[in-house]
Amino acid sequence: MSKPKVAFFDFASCEGCQLQVVNLEEAILDVLALVDIVSFREAMKEHSDDYDIAIIEGSIARPIDIDRIKKIREQASILITIGACAHLGGVQRLGNQWDAEANKVEVYERHPGSEITKGDSNPYFAQIKHRAVSEIVKVDAAIPGCPIDSDEFGKVLVALLTGKKLPIPDYPVCVECKKNENICVFETGGFCMGPVARAGCGAPCPTHGGECEACRGYVDHPHTQAHAEVLKKYGLSPNEIMTKRTMYNYRDFEDKGGD
Amino acid sequence: MSEININVEHLTRVEGHGNIVLNAKDGTVEFVQWQVSEAPRFFESFVRGRPYNELSHITSRICGICSIGHSLASLKATEAAMDIQISEQTQILRRLAIHAENLQSHVLHVGYLVAPDLLGAPSVVPLASSHTDAVLKIVGLHRLANEFSNLICGRTVHPVSLVVGGFSHIPSEKQLKEIRQKWVDAIPDVVAVGEIVLAHAHKLPNFVRETEFIGLVADDEYAIYDGDIGSTDGGRWPVAEYEGITNEFVVPHSTAKYTKHKRESYMVGALARFNLNYEKMGPLAKEWAGKFGLQPVNHNPFMNNVAQLVEIVHSIEDTLALIDKLLEKGVNVNERPKYEVKAGRGVGAVDVPRGILFHDYTYDDKGVCVKANCIIPTNQNHNNINLDFQAIAPTLLDLPEKEIELTLEMLVRAYDPCISCSTHYLDVQWKR
Repeated sequence: MSKPKVAFFDFASCEGCQLQVVNLEEAILDVLALVDIVSFREAMKEHSDDYDIAIIEGSIARPIDIDRIKKIREQASILITIGACAHLGGVQRLGNQWDAEANKVEVYERHPGSEITKGDSNPYFAQIKHRAVSEIVKVDAAIPGCPIDSDEFGKVLVALLTGKKLPIPDYPVCVECKKNENICVFETGGFCMGPVARAGCGAPCPTHGGECEACRGYVDHPHTQAHAEVLKKYGLSPNEIMTKRTMYNYRDFEDKGGD
Repeated sequence: MSEININVEHLTRVEGHGNIVLNAKDGTVEFVQWQVSEAPRFFESFVRGRPYNELSHITSRICGICSIGHSLASLKATEAAMDIQISEQTQILRRLAIHAENLQSHVLHVGYLVAPDLLGAPSVVPLASSHTDAVLKIVGLHRLANEFSNLICGRTVHPVSLVVGGFSHIPSEKQLKEIRQKWVDAIPDVVAVGEIVLAHAHKLPNFVRETEFIGLVADDEYAIYDGDIGSTDGGRWPVAEYEGITNEFVVPHSTAKYTKHKRESYMVGALARFNLNYEKMGPLAKEWAGKFGLQPVNHNPFMNNVAQLVEIVHSIEDTLALIDKLLEKGVNVNERPKYEVKAGRGVGAVDVPRGILFHDYTYDDKGVCVKANCIIPTNQNHNNINLDFQAIAPTLLDLPEKEIELTLEMLVRAYDPCISCSTHYLDVQWKR
């Protein structure tokens, strides 16, 4: 039996998640034992449109990007997203609080030549709103994180190929943080999204003196109300709570019609 | 009558999306252009309203490969805006952070992205069976550079430990000694990879177009973390005056902004740093520059690949010296930043794998960002790439289409563009 053919595609993103695949180092040879990579623009010149599995990084921003992702979905029998941009819309989703023209004014208007960015006449600059891939086409598996964890990428790929349950946890980051024997971020004066954020990353941020920013999104049933009360107890204003919750999860507020 | 139409859509082995278009008729180039089609993400717009201590985490996401550099430029801008001083330990650790990123980025570029062109392979994948030993050495060096990044920054892609005023997590003396020894042990592998590149370096086109090189300069070191803006055309400016150098402008064929200084374009990156700071390189790095005949000021953009290799050697030499300095004064793993939040505007610049990088923020008195500007290395190179195209294309027309295409692709790749930074990418279209 021939190996499934895998192609990588990127949209609006930093390409750090594809880099995390490269960062598998020698273990990428184990991946190559399971699949044939037929397209990986960041690392290979070879390209084929004959693929079974499409792996997508990046948020979908423009009409030209919507057309491209729909064509990819038609070809692929399995579509996997990697990273927070494809999964949630990425940090760039914060830009959706303004309309595209207002963003273009802020970024381009002070420079000579900026008139060509206005409106939709140039497709590179047309109608820019950042969306998660699942808002445009069906997604078979989403590997969360900003960036993805290289090992989790390998495990999800194996699970998909062998028909096993996806090994993506549905418990909060606090569980992994406690396993690392960290002192709770709230106890050290910080503010953390760990109680509602989806684990699987191994809690690198609180382990290195940072705070969880929920880049992997929330668990399936997050206790957001209880979390908001904890944040309030430790002195965050409603505005600051909103800031904490929107960095990666602005989508929630858009879906509810708020901002 | 002969007609050549090249259109490479979404160039490969670069980070981001770019297209190469070349139309020629009867031996004359009618149109040649480097296009950047990456979807804009508007960082400068959406960081408005975000708190100062989030800025480096958000702007790190501009680029996965240069995330350490973006974090540091961001932190320096915030610290300049709020008059925050940092300790000597932080200064040294941040230089190590840049070396770690330089090492992983340059090894990736020279080993995974450029070596296939030199060895006549489409990618590193077939090289794994044809040049197994070399590939394993490259992978080993890449792994070590990532281990180094993890140690200093908490994570290689999107660092965690780099925070306003210093570090939130500091490696122990034992860990620093261990990583130091690993770099000492890695030198023979660097030399072996260098010898392979040297044996194939004659395949790099001998193409010279005079341009201006811009980068950080300092009196006492090969500048990467601190310094003024320097130019090979002469002149030295404080980083706060960057706008007088970058002069950003918008063109219809690129969502990334273009820049120019006194000439039509300028170049940033490893070759620019080499041209500006060669005298301050380590002895082994200079020896390797000599083997390739690389001397300042070199105007062949293809030699940026060689400059990166020479910088790999320099980064290891300087890493060993910096770790020695840290160990000599003793490492305080409990040192944490102290500062007061206040209103102000600040500019931060660092010189990262692809060149000089500027972040410029204005904060209100609560430390909320109200204005931001980020000028990315690859953006500063797009204009120079486009002008290189115009100069090199007429000299290539007698070659078979495949070779023209390969040369143009190699030219773009030599700049190690990370177009996702600039906003993404490369596509060559052939039209007949």
